[in-house]
Order: sequence, then C-alpha cells, then structure tokens
Amino acid sequence: MAMAGKRPPRRPNLQAATRVVNKADGAGGASTSKRSLGDQWRAYLANHRRVARESLQGLFKVWLASAMTWLVIGIAMALPTMLYLILSNASTLSGDWDGKPRISIYLQESVSEADGRGFAQQLLADELVVAVDYVSPSAALAEFTQRSGFGDVLRSLDRNPLPAVITIEPGVSQTGQLKPLVARLEAEAMIASVSFDLAWMERLFAILDLAERFVTALGGFLALGVLLVIGNTIRLAIENRRAEIEVVKLVGGTDSFVRRPFLYLGFWYGLGGALMAWVLVGASLVFLSAPIEMLLASYQGDFLVIGLSGGESLLLLLLGSGLGILGAALAVGRHLRQIEPS
Amino acid sequence: MIRFDQVSKRYPEGREALSRVNFDIPAGDMVFLTGKSGAGKSTLLKLIIVMERASQGQVFVQGTNLNRLARRNIPAIRRDIGVVFQNHQLLFDRTVFENVALPLTIAGYQPREVGRRVRAALAKVGLGDKEKQLPIALSGGEQQRVGIARAVVNKPSLLLADEPTGNLDPGLSAEIMNLFEQFNQVGVTVLIASHDLALINRMNRRQLLLHEGRLLEDRPPATLVATDLRGGL
Repeated sequence: MAMAGKRPPRRPNLQAATRVVNKADGAGGASTSKRSLGDQWRAYLANHRRVARESLQGLFKVWLASAMTWLVIGIAMALPTMLYLILSNASTLSGDWDGKPRISIYLQESVSEADGRGFAQQLLADELVVAVDYVSPSAALAEFTQRSGFGDVLRSLDRNPLPAVITIEPGVSQTGQLKPLVARLEAEAMIASVSFDLAWMERLFAILDLAERFVTALGGFLALGVLLVIGNTIRLAIENRRAEIEVVKLVGGTDSFVRRPFLYLGFWYGLGGALMAWVLVGASLVFLSAPIEMLLASYQGDFLVIGLSGGESLLLLLLGSGLGILGAALAVGRHLRQIEPS
Repeated sequence: MIRFDQVSKRYPEGREALSRVNFDIPAGDMVFLTGKSGAGKSTLLKLIIVMERASQGQVFVQGTNLNRLARRNIPAIRRDIGVVFQNHQLLFDRTVFENVALPLTIAGYQPREVGRRVRAALAKVGLGDKEKQLPIALSGGEQQRVGIARAVVNKPSLLLADEPTGNLDPGLSAEIMNLFEQFNQVGVTVLIASHDLALINRMNRRQLLLHEGRLLEDRPPATLVATDLRGGL
C-alpha cells in the first residue's frame, strides 16, 4: 500500500484538530467576524490584484487570439477616432477665420481707381459699415499671383482679368440684418456683383456640425460593436470555465467573486483594444500628415496636423476599458446565473 | 445541526427522488447515509448544500430554514459546510495548493493565513509534499484527499461526503474513513453517503438507510452491533 508511509505524524494532527474544535465551539455564529474589517478589506484588495494579474496573464498565454480580439476592438475604435481628428483639424482650419462676416464688392471694369476709392469712402458713411478696404486690380493680381501659383498663366494674358474689389466689414453679423445693405449695394451702377461670404461660412459650419453628428452616430454604432465583441468573447470565456465556476459556487463563492475575473478580462480587452486604436491612429497620422501638410501649405502657409492630446488619449483609454467592463458585465449577468452546480 | 421535516423532492421530469423524509442529526454526530444508487442519497446531500430545493417539507441546517433562504445567502451557508464529492470536483488547471486554497480565498483570508491553513490541511491528509503538483499527476486516492483537504480547510462545522470511497480499494477506503473519524473526534458533524456496507458496518455509527426515496431505517450504533451479532443485515 503506497499510502501507508505518507500518513502524517500524530502531533500535527492533534494541533489541527484543536483548531477545528475552537472553530466548532463558535459554530452557528459568523465565523468570519473574528477577522478584523481591515484584514478582510486587505484580503479583498489582494484578491482584486491577484484576479487582475491572473486574467492579464491568461490573455498573454493565448497571445495570438488575444491580439486578434484587441485588433478588432482597436480598428472599431480607431475609425471614429480618426474621423474625430479630421473634424477637429477642419475646425482648426476654419477657426482661422475670425467669425465676422465680410462683404466683397466687385466693381465694374470701367470704374477708375480714383472713383473706386471715393466710393469706398462713401460707403463708410453707412451706419452698418465699420471698415472698408479697397484693392485695386493690380494689387489683386499681385496677391493672386503670389497665393495661387498661377502667375505664369496670368502673365500670358494680354490684360488683367481681375476687377477692383472693396471689402466691407459690417458692424453686425446676422445675415438678416445685412440683407438690406446687400440689396442697396447691388442696386449701385458702379458695382458688378456683391459677394456675401457669410452664407458660405454658415454652410461650412452646418457641414461641420453635420459631420460631427455623423461621427458621433458612427462612434455610437462602433461602440455597440465593441460591446458585442467583448460580450461574445467573455461569453466564450465563461463557457470555457464552466467547471471552475461550478466548483467556486459549490464551495461558497459569491456572485461577485465569480463575476470578478470576467470583469477584469473585459477591462483588459477594452484597455488593450483602446491602446491598439491609439497606435493605429498614431501610425495613420504619421502616414498622412506629411502629404496633408504639403497640400495645405500650398493654400495658406503653415499648417500642422494635430494628433490626440494627452487628455484625449486618456479619454480613449478610459472609454475602451469602460466599454470592456460594460460588455463583460452584460455577458456575465446573462450567463452566470444559468451556471449552477449539478 | 441538520433536520429534515417531511421532506420530499420531485424533479421537474416527475421522478420523486425523496418522499417525506424525517431525521435529525445533532451537532458532533457522525452518520452514514446508505442505500443503493438511485435511492436518493445524492439528492439528500444536494438539499443540504442548496444545490436543490425541497419540493415539500422543511430542511434546517444549523437552525436556518433552507426553504426560505434567499439566493444571495446561499454562498454563506455553503462556506460553513465542507463537501467531499465523489468526482472530486477539483480544478485541473490549478495546483493542489490552489485547489485547497479556494474556499479560503473566497472567504477573504490574507495570503499568509491562506498558506498556513492550506499547508496544515494538506499535512493532515498526508499530501504535504504535493502542494505544487497538478491534480492530474495524482492517483485517485490522492485526488480524493485533496478534495478532503479543501473541504476541511475552512474549518467547517459540518462535513458532507458523497461516496468518498467510491473508486478506491479497501485499504485506501479505510484510510479515508479514518480521516473522517478524526475530524468527527474534534467536533465536526460528519454525514457520509456510501453504499460500501462492509466498510460502514465496521465503523459502528448511526445509519440512515434510504430505499427508493424513503427513509427505510434509522439505526443507532448499538442496534447495528446487535444486528451484526445476529449475522444478518
């Protein structure tokens, strides 16, 4: 009989036995109350640390499968993040405009420079007009040549195609208040056309607002996708650990104890996915920023593509881990109750 | 410690596993639950650890009426009951130490205290040198003793065992029974379901004999001796 030699010595048995007797004396009461609250709290925290560590180690043990899940979550989160960055960069671009409307008046070609300047001074008398700026055809040509890079083409023309322009800065910014002024100007014989760029700006802001809502909606859909991916992954993890859950329940594990490893698993999936998204966005920016900056430089000089700030990066990580915990909580709430020892 | 009052258990598929069972096991007692397989032994144990609920009648464990127990209070009841399962219910991806430590971790003991208690329990069942092994590397008898160590590590006042010697040879079975007697000697109430009559009769303890869900006989130790002397069962 192989076991005979392994029987424990008698003395330790009795010691163990004495402890059991002490416990048995107090039986019926709450045996756990003998430990101080501080001890229980420390043990609770120790359990959290251990579960967090073990669930992360578990993910690295099957690193390929985990990396795939992280990548899926990462892509789903990177897409709205990229769109958000494009939007915030576009807002920065339009933000260079100071928000006040401008009215540009294009004069008839027949109007001389002296008449044009005189007309501009007359306009100042209008109470709605704060400032005027007269740009002669030659000055306009010089500026256009410098800004557009079409200098060679313009030089090949036998005459200057650009009209004189008077730019008006009105004292009010509401489109409605400016309409009578615009109407009055259009009636003037000297004026070829009036361009009122407020409507254009309003349209741009409306488009940006629409795009923002679109990104928000898309972000919402993709967040739902992330929830489902994590929820489904956690469901599989629960299924894989069914035996363990049953044993834990059999020896008195509470629901929160059973739930804990899965919530941490969701947390790590979400956090890893968000990190992956951050890396993807960063890589895309590196890939795209040089051509974008070159393109924009040809229009209006210096422009730097803005990446995610520290706060935005932190928000992305928080959002990812939050989605992870939520997805896990949904999956756990649905499946854990069904697993009972039998 | 355990009281069954007119307890019946009918499973959803209609089979009546227990019908109007009455008994009372005082604290500190050691009792055998016998009967053929299918007589209702496992069901009776399941009712005590609230894996199943009685269809009729009342089950009391340490004064608590389990019929009225809310679901969230089940873990607390189970923590004060050590259970040894026929199929061991060990976690095969965890070491022996981690398996035995599970009830303590759940109850929220400090790691230092966990280590001390787990080693004491493993020494008690004679597996002091196996704590780092995986259960799969152990023999059937050793796995059973890991299960026993896990059942007693939290020092429960009640110890249940379902066919603890089911797959073991007679020598190992006697060893296991000896362990249960030692726990009982220090005040733990022990209830063992077994159909190993030869072994049970040698133990000379109170027996509850189940037959087709009914409590056929509740024999105190002395009667058993007399029966044995008459040479019959």
